[in-house]
Amino acid sequence: MSEVLSFPKRETLPLAIGPSPMPLELRHLAFQADSIAILMGIDLKLDTDALTVLMGPNGAGKSVFLRLLHGLIKPTFGEVLWNGEPACAATRKQQALVFQKPVLLRRSVKANLSFALGLRPFQNRKQRLQSALDSAGLADLADRPAHVLSGGEQQRLALARALILEPKVLFLDEPTANLDPASTLLIEQTIQRVRQQGVKVILVTHDTHQARRLAEDVLFMHRGRLIEHSSAQTFFDRPAMREARAYLDGEILV
Amino acid sequence: MTVFKSVAAGALALALLAGQAAATEDFIVVQSTTSTQNSGLLDEILPEFEAASGIDVRVVAVGTGQALKNAANGDGDVLLVHAKPAEEKFVADGFGVQRFDVMYNDFVIVGPQDDPAGIRGLGDAPAALAKISQSAAPFASRGDDSGTHKKEQALWNLARVDPAASSGNWYRETGSGMGAILNTASAMNAYTMTDRATWLAFNNKGNLEILTEGDDRLFNQYGVILVNPDKHANVKADLGQTFIDWLTGADGQKAIAGFKVNGEQLFFPNAVSQTN
Amino acid sequence: MQDFAQSFVLAGQLVVSGDPALAEIVALSIQVTLTALVISALIGLPLGALLAVARFPGSATLSVLANALMGLPPVVVGLLVYMMLSNAGPLGVLGLLYTPTAMIIAQAVLITPIIIALTRQVIADLNRSYAETFKSMVVPAHTAIAALIWDARFSLLTVLLAGFGRAIAEVGAVMIVGGNINHVTRVMTTAIALETSKGELALALALGFVLLLMALSVNAAVALLRQTDRSAVHV
Repeated sequence: MSEVLSFPKRETLPLAIGPSPMPLELRHLAFQADSIAILMGIDLKLDTDALTVLMGPNGAGKSVFLRLLHGLIKPTFGEVLWNGEPACAATRKQQALVFQKPVLLRRSVKANLSFALGLRPFQNRKQRLQSALDSAGLADLADRPAHVLSGGEQQRLALARALILEPKVLFLDEPTANLDPASTLLIEQTIQRVRQQGVKVILVTHDTHQARRLAEDVLFMHRGRLIEHSSAQTFFDRPAMREARAYLDGEILV
Repeated sequence: MTVFKSVAAGALALALLAGQAAATEDFIVVQSTTSTQNSGLLDEILPEFEAASGIDVRVVAVGTGQALKNAANGDGDVLLVHAKPAEEKFVADGFGVQRFDVMYNDFVIVGPQDDPAGIRGLGDAPAALAKISQSAAPFASRGDDSGTHKKEQALWNLARVDPAASSGNWYRETGSGMGAILNTASAMNAYTMTDRATWLAFNNKGNLEILTEGDDRLFNQYGVILVNPDKHANVKADLGQTFIDWLTGADGQKAIAGFKVNGEQLFFPNAVSQTN
Repeated sequence: MQDFAQSFVLAGQLVVSGDPALAEIVALSIQVTLTALVISALIGLPLGALLAVARFPGSATLSVLANALMGLPPVVVGLLVYMMLSNAGPLGVLGLLYTPTAMIIAQAVLITPIIIALTRQVIADLNRSYAETFKSMVVPAHTAIAALIWDARFSLLTVLLAGFGRAIAEVGAVMIVGGNINHVTRVMTTAIALETSKGELALALALGFVLLLMALSVNAAVALLRQTDRSAVHV
């Protein structure tokens, strides 16, 4: 591999922003664990297919927020509405979540994908499986046990498994944390591809460079509150909140 | 994964095979005592009957007390035990059809060679037991309601000793079979009472030897009873009776007399020849 | 104690000579215990997995019960099964007492709680890492249970081995319900008990060594199976 990998420039992706395949509305959303408030008073509407990046310092509640949106946990107060319907198994079936640390079945790469395929009434399973392997660059590793893959390969497999379900909404929780640049690039390319296909992507990241590369729409959280929601350009050029400015400047926020 | 599946399939096949293991041939279940089995008598004489009759005899060897209870539950076709009063009660209670004498041998009192109670050569069993109790030398008892245990209790009664009062002291009730008691007695140099057949065939005598024998009251009679089919419809009365007829008939009696361990006859046939 | 040395020699002779009586007893022991194990696995693996992943009315009670029943004395199991199968008992009409089937039932009753309790533990541990992913993917409960059992198969093999070991080494229950009938229900443990009561201690111990050898072979076979499966192509 003598080819020099380079991340695509932001300007190369002037995408038209359309309506979201699954509009989201949050009403007075709050979440407590053991009577400690993790999230509070969040109202939000996401009704475009713009790629949303969620940022904020550690402990801001980003991961909990993502789980609430996906319906993995129930809000203590307020509502998560997809197309006006509360988050539940039925909405979850149209979404997929890639965790920071992928949880793969203790089976081969192929079996991990076919397990996911078997969950929904898809046609042409063989073709879908093969194209998922190909586009994740895992075709040569198809028969390898998933747990012997490298971190980057595992995350690509987790992403491929999420995409094989053909979600309308794709959540990503710091998918490239601890990955090498090549793997990160592959995953970012995939994210941009599915964004182009009209999937609503909601990405949590700590990496401001990645955020600049991918974001069209930015949410900024701090101490359990959603304190800024603006377009990527506005956010990166003139963030409204002092905390967001400090964060972008690399200051340590608590 | 293929290996896994083939092993699972193999296990399943084996499991199904086991289900068919129960044969369909004619058989009877005989509830008997450990002495008839441990001495080797049944192993010796049953093949002869099985060859002659085509009936397979399945022996469950337990203590007489348990054998009587199992038979009363209908879990057996024939009862072959050695506790005459209990057997007669079994018939009187309607659990058995009729009791027949089969054979006898005798009980002996065995103990350590140094004989701390000094009973060697005594021809009087109750007197020997009395001396054991006076010396407080350890005595191992079946304590399991078996034929041997019942006989032992009767002898204590005659000796006017209540060993139960010393239970846990010199009187050790172990609640186990004859062979187990002999192992125990051998290990702790205790006296015990055993039927002669089990004693002669027993292979772990250690320091033990026969000290008291020959008292008429040590007589050990074996009886055979057909379990009452009126009580339990599953009882194979015809096959069971065939076995009883053989055992108490000329062939069976001859086989019993012919069974020897180390050249010594263990059981003495004494069936009253049947007239029908 | 010269019995030990004598027993080793005797055990060796028994194995090498291929004594048909011994072969019969060994075969029956394995048949009975494997069958009991298959039955217990068919009940215990799914039930243990269900208890690990689902909460339903009575599931906590069932878990506690399974844990407690792991210590069930074999003799008690034997008595219970005897009372059920006795001709005076409710299932007497089946005529199963003093057959290998009765021994299979007793052993299955004995080890099913072990399989349930240990499976619940193994699956619960695995489920801790799988649960959120499965919820996200909306995996139906039965698919999730099947996937957990399959993915935990190596740990579950150890669970099954524990059940096998307990069943094959057990004497109290099979003695009562099998009756130790020669050529019909005599297995390794009851044969050992019989030889002990005859005072044939060396032979009894030799049979014990053979039983140990059987257990070792089964464990070695499983270890080999794991290795083969791990190195083989994964599905």
